[in-house]
Amino acid sequence: MAFARIQLPPSVKRGDAVEVRVSIRHPMETGFRVDDDGRTIARNTLKSLTCRYGDREVLRASLGSGIAANPYLRFHITAVASGDLVFEWIDDAGERGDARAALVVAG
Amino acid sequence: MTRVGFACAAGAAALGLALVAGAAPAASRSGIDYAGADVRAIQADDAQNPGMLWVDRGRALWNDGPRACAGCHGDAASSMKGVAVRHPAWSAAARRVVDLEDRINACRVERQRRPAFARESEDLNALTAFVATQSRGMPIAVDVTGPAQPAFERARDFYATRRGQMNLACASCHVENAGKRLLAETISEGHGNGYPAYRLEWQAVGSLQRRLRACLYGIRASLPPEGADVLTELELYLAWRASGLPVEAPGVRR
Amino acid sequence: MIDDASAPLPPLRSRARRRVLAAGGALVALRVVPVRAQTASELPQVAALTDDLAGRVPRFGRLSLDIPRLADNGNAVPLRIAMSGVFPAGTEIRSIRLYSPKNPVALMARFDFPAPPAKPAVDMRVRLAGTQRIAAIAELANGELHAAVADVDVTISACLDGT
Repeated sequence: MAFARIQLPPSVKRGDAVEVRVSIRHPMETGFRVDDDGRTIARNTLKSLTCRYGDREVLRASLGSGIAANPYLRFHITAVASGDLVFEWIDDAGERGDARAALVVAG
Repeated sequence: MTRVGFACAAGAAALGLALVAGAAPAASRSGIDYAGADVRAIQADDAQNPGMLWVDRGRALWNDGPRACAGCHGDAASSMKGVAVRHPAWSAAARRVVDLEDRINACRVERQRRPAFARESEDLNALTAFVATQSRGMPIAVDVTGPAQPAFERARDFYATRRGQMNLACASCHVENAGKRLLAETISEGHGNGYPAYRLEWQAVGSLQRRLRACLYGIRASLPPEGADVLTELELYLAWRASGLPVEAPGVRR
Repeated sequence: MIDDASAPLPPLRSRARRRVLAAGGALVALRVVPVRAQTASELPQVAALTDDLAGRVPRFGRLSLDIPRLADNGNAVPLRIAMSGVFPAGTEIRSIRLYSPKNPVALMARFDFPAPPAKPAVDMRVRLAGTQRIAAIAELANGELHAAVADVDVTISACLDGT
């Protein structure tokens, strides 16, 4: 089960710069750690992360082992119309995850 | 925080006498006050605090299954409010001091009729963080009198006794040298009010017992197994030392 | 081990002392004005960065890397990449890449903006394998490259944690 938190302002006006904050539960395994039996734990980072707002892609990212575990991102989008912000990701192990939050745009 | 010196284990008894059980120590500071600005900023903001991801998972577990916690306890925000501040506590059923993790597992086994969570499992840490966060901001107030008193006294003595290859007692750092520097870090008073906490070092949420075992590892002392009585009793003593400090779960620590 | 030579901080009993201590504490994890690189020679030596530049010379001054000078813990260091100035049509930020000379993987992250970001900034937390100078390169819609660097001190934990 993927756990993620998306933080958006409760309501914004059309044209506003909207702060988007997302926090995703993911170990962002570097591939350089070893377990208690001495076996290398396979690298597993967020190879691909996308954010769509309505039908437009607003962010594409590739987060490697240089990004801290349980990645946090903050960026801004321009409010156009009420709609969902949808984050989708695929990690190096092929696991997919997604999270969505509704953006309410007045006017 | 009263600064008391001690030279040997015999001094531990004197330390105990100076702090009468039930009379909590003078004003103390949470570990977050000793943390760097960045750690404080992350803890202060739920959007940034990775511990909230565990709280979210805990909420899902709270509501999960046919005999879910929610089935008996309803809305945790009301039913679990104030629970974390009085744990660890004496359990008449278990005939020992139990911490929040033990309480949750007891419910899970006896009421929910499910296998107990393993100590330090992600699920147990998540559920404990979720329950503890319902007491966020409330002052810690554990009962160390009555049946809990022998455990409290054992832990108090443990805290003041030197151990490990480095021959240090908990008090050596957290009473004698709180506020001083250890390499690039500032030694805190060693309170546990931020736990379960997201430790940057662990890159995950962990329990107070894990933090205690980490401390013992640091001074090259032998580690009691997870869930050992000595660790649970130490949690009780620490909660008493932290009397009045607010529950910060999920805390963020380096 | 415990540094007896340093003056012990006074026990905190009053709010006034708490403020003083907070100010002193802030000096430790100091957000100084980040090192302002002016020329490409100040970029860290990273093969991936050299390859990605492909002979192009980035500009300096508009792009900034805001990161603490001293990291609380190398596992998670907060970082803000931001760009100042105006963005006339056709010069919006298209992508940002972050490079490390010391991490085992040089390209730390890549961000692409199919739609121009409402504010030219991204916040994240990075993982740093030791004290180093990291670099960010932003590419604009017109092909311009902008660069920024930041020096970060990463210390080891005072006590080893075997749990």
